Amino acid sequence: MTKKPNPVFIFSFLSFLKRKQEKRDIHIQDRLFYFFLKGLSWSLIFLFFYMLFVIFQMSWPAFSHFGMKFFVNIEWNSWTKNFGALSLIYGTAVTSFLALLLAVPVSVGVALFLNELSPGWLARPLGFVVEMLAAVPSIVYGLWGLFVLAPVLRDYVQSFLSKYLSFLPIFQGNYYGVGMMCGGVILAIMIIPTISSICREVFRTIPEANREAVLGLGTTRWEMLKIAVLKGSSTGIIGAVIMGLGRALGETMAVTMVIGNATSIKASLFEPAQTMASILANQYAEADNELHLASLTAVGFSLFCLSLIINILALLLVWRMEKKFYPRRKNRKNNVFSIGKVKV
Amino acid sequence: MSDVLVKIRNLSASFSSVTVLKNINLEIPSRKVVAFIGPSGCGKSTFLRCLNRMHEEVPGADIQGQIFLEGQNIYEKHIDPVLVRRKVGMVFQKPNPFPGLSIFDNVAVGLKLMGVKKRVLYERVEDSLKQAALWGEVKNILKRQGTSLSGGQQQRLCIARALAINPSVVLMDEPTSALDPISTARIENLIRRLKEKVTVIIVTHNMQQASRISDKTAFLLSGELVEYEKTSKIFTNPSEVRTESYITGRFG
Repeated sequence: MTKKPNPVFIFSFLSFLKRKQEKRDIHIQDRLFYFFLKGLSWSLIFLFFYMLFVIFQMSWPAFSHFGMKFFVNIEWNSWTKNFGALSLIYGTAVTSFLALLLAVPVSVGVALFLNELSPGWLARPLGFVVEMLAAVPSIVYGLWGLFVLAPVLRDYVQSFLSKYLSFLPIFQGNYYGVGMMCGGVILAIMIIPTISSICREVFRTIPEANREAVLGLGTTRWEMLKIAVLKGSSTGIIGAVIMGLGRALGETMAVTMVIGNATSIKASLFEPAQTMASILANQYAEADNELHLASLTAVGFSLFCLSLIINILALLLVWRMEKKFYPRRKNRKNNVFSIGKVKV
Repeated sequence: MSDVLVKIRNLSASFSSVTVLKNINLEIPSRKVVAFIGPSGCGKSTFLRCLNRMHEEVPGADIQGQIFLEGQNIYEKHIDPVLVRRKVGMVFQKPNPFPGLSIFDNVAVGLKLMGVKKRVLYERVEDSLKQAALWGEVKNILKRQGTSLSGGQQQRLCIARALAINPSVVLMDEPTSALDPISTARIENLIRRLKEKVTVIIVTHNMQQASRISDKTAFLLSGELVEYEKTSKIFTNPSEVRTESYITGRFG
């Protein structure tokens, strides 16, 4: 038995079409503009996934040849065509960890000072300079690291460490300036603006009444900062740190110039090493066989995925922090001037 | 005739040369509830913030005159504001338990900073929560985050936090304006009981609230103290015309 189409339905459908038609006639430029911007946004999303796909495709020969052993193999040898990423992962992990170790206390301290303690006339220019650290080109950091920082580290810091702390395996062996330590220090300087500016944003989300409530308990300023600001924003600070980590992992040029470029795993921070990013910068031009190139791309693909995960994690943490104090931002859509939907 | 706890002499306060309080003189008896009413912007909150030396935390703030707390001028040079604030607790308009701290720690944090021994810490926290009429609801969930409580419970937690350090005065800046009527009623009951132990100075926009809970009421209008009398007198037979027109709703 076939159903007769419901006349009411047809009517309402027609009227819907008609309404749509009217809207188009009235707001034709608005609609064109809307679709243009929509197209731009979608093309970015497309580009992102296309990149991910292409890099994966290019690195497939390496993954299929080495399998999961690619990530646990120490050797990286283009002569024997034996490629493993472990030494690169090690170099990346050590330099990034060292960078966080140095940068986090400085960044949090700077953010605390700028937001909570310093008078307005000082906070603005100082904050500006800290942000400007992020604007220095990576290659300039590299040059400075190679010609200024590395000799200084060698003559003053590493000589001191190897003299007095050489019982620790991380401070043993010969020192040349360039190496994992230099890479870590450069990275630390480069991620300070990232971490401190996110920390400042996070500290700003804490209501003024919370600070006064702690002060009202009869606390000193330091105790107030500890309880109201630092404890209250711990999630956000972790987010900021992870954001800085994301930046440190992917940083290429400056690290390539100061890390010494050796694919080996050594405990000493004085030793040269290679990070996932630096080996790409060093070797992509001279990769003479397909497997070498595929292995390099595979490293790039892994780095891409790693940064992606790290950044998503960081964003989630920072968002969660914002939600904590401003939890009800529903109906946001209603405020937006929406053309594609019902009302205009 | 009860003894005077807070004596305010010629108090004037300003924010970057805008005068907010003009020459206030009044005396607050101990173990009573004193309400401050007046239209928005009349200086009620600034007045409260002068009493625990919080006003000076704002850049550009200035203050003149004397405030005697238990006979001691808290604005004298050698007085540490940190110690003043231990005598004067404060509760804010929006409940603001410290995020990241458990219910227990929210109350204990002030005690810990004062160096209260671990052995007595639990008792002191329990006492404060009992005084704030919250113990029964939270005794099994002390480890939970303070922010996970309902609005009214959060505000009582903030009262417990203020009470924990044994202040002689508790300042409340519109403590119920963010709460529903039932939570408000509970807090009002609580305030009535609190005066057995401490003096409560409360700022409120709700005149029924002032008449329900306070012993004395002060009416502030654009920074001036218009009238300060027994609550029953203010609400039935005010001596000033301005007070009468405000409480009868003719302005404000």
